Amino acid sequence: MSLPETPTPRTGQDFWERLAQLDRRIIFAFIFLALAIPLFFTIRQPIAVSPEGRAYFEAIENLPAGSKVLLSFDFDPPSSPELQPMAEATFKQLLTKNCKLVVIALWPQGPQQAEKALAVALRDPQFKDLKLEYGENYANLGFMAGDEVVIQKMNSDLPSTFPSDYKGNATLSLPIMQGVKNYKNFDFIINFSSGFPGTREWVQFCVDRSGSKMIAGNTAVQAPENYPYVRSGQLKGLLAGMKGAAEYETVVGKPGKGVSFMGAQSVSHLVVILFVILGNIAYFASRRKK
Amino acid sequence: MRREIPLIITSFVGFLFVIRFFIPHEPFASMENTASSWIQVIKAFAIWLGILNLLKISGEKIYKKDKGWGFAAIVIASFLAISIAGFFFPFWETRTPGDSFIEHARKFQYPGTSFDWFYTYVYTPLSSTMFATLAFFIASAAFRAFRARSFQATLLLLAGFIVMLGSVPVGNALFSWLPQGWQVSDIADWIKNYPQVAGQRAIQIGIALGIISTSLRLILGVERSHLGGEG
Repeated sequence: MSLPETPTPRTGQDFWERLAQLDRRIIFAFIFLALAIPLFFTIRQPIAVSPEGRAYFEAIENLPAGSKVLLSFDFDPPSSPELQPMAEATFKQLLTKNCKLVVIALWPQGPQQAEKALAVALRDPQFKDLKLEYGENYANLGFMAGDEVVIQKMNSDLPSTFPSDYKGNATLSLPIMQGVKNYKNFDFIINFSSGFPGTREWVQFCVDRSGSKMIAGNTAVQAPENYPYVRSGQLKGLLAGMKGAAEYETVVGKPGKGVSFMGAQSVSHLVVILFVILGNIAYFASRRKK
Repeated sequence: MRREIPLIITSFVGFLFVIRFFIPHEPFASMENTASSWIQVIKAFAIWLGILNLLKISGEKIYKKDKGWGFAAIVIASFLAISIAGFFFPFWETRTPGDSFIEHARKFQYPGTSFDWFYTYVYTPLSSTMFATLAFFIASAAFRAFRARSFQATLLLLAGFIVMLGSVPVGNALFSWLPQGWQVSDIADWIKNYPQVAGQRAIQIGIALGIISTSLRLILGVERSHLGGEG
């Protein structure tokens, strides 16, 4: 990534000129403090829920009990601070509705992220005693190479696309997969994505062709490109970034990592805005002088 | 023939997928499935190709003692460490009673395995750290680049401020005096759902048209640059 270099301050510059050319290490230090200090404190702030976030929650809430849901984990650890809290809270809400969960991944790291999110959900006291069984209540079919081709192929024949699960069992030997041929055998699809292949490909190759209902959780950087699909109804709900995770945790009533990280995000956003304002003041002051 | 055969394959598979989209019946459905399986195999091989290429480039860098060869050595050492942990863990980790060797080997990603240890305690924190550094660079770049130099730049700046404030709870807290329905988060939602969506649609339609025209050129054999020659 090419970044603007910090200009070397020249002698004879006034305060505003020096401020406009502030050493970027000072900015880095402020951002570090803005992100790190709030993590040591519990900052509880009321979280406004966006229409897309509420739609995400309601889409799951309106599912009939025992629905079969396909979840695709298309992200890797760098995006997990944003997507993992969403995934954990989603699993919890789905388990509350007694849904049957089938997990797949188009990213190699996806299956392990799903396992970690599922483990967190299953440790919740609410579900601990339910004795949910692998293969019966949930299954992880693992990663499959092929990007959007995998999405397309699952529309014709899902078991042949994922012949065995994450644990090496034959997919068709799992009770949860009995009678599953393609997307039509799922009541709902959920995608967690941070890039390609991700939500856009799921909308284009799955939703548009099979008519399946789908919601998605995206990183904040990726979400803007998927807002048009929410407006057109191709996506029934969308969680965007850590704010989306915090919104969802708030609506579900299970505050987790998303809510707790919002303090650090709030302070860091304020610091960035402050620096941009300072930069502009310095820019106009030094320009007036010239 | 080195150019003609790839062109024929590209053309055949391209037309097959187009026809299958409009006629979702046999024999096109089965043909598309077969073609999809081939694509999956090719993409899986591409992963191997990427790994071998990375090792070759890193190996050459170390051999020639090029600038930054130490980093190349770390790449190879990390690759070997996680590969050994994944491929050979069945030899040193306890097998679950009743599991065959193959069944045991398939559990290389399970919690508690060496591979999982590398994934959780090395790969995850390192890759997250790399991604997190973006926040620092964005802040520095915003400070230098976000200047109200023109009307358009000022508009962008204001929209950026509102969306940034609306994306965190503190935004509403600072401007709590604004009337209900006009909170910062409401305005940010409006920006994301209307002007932003309009721009995104224009970009996406433009990209789609570009993809269609490039695909047609490839299928019809007009575009040949992907074969390594001139277009």
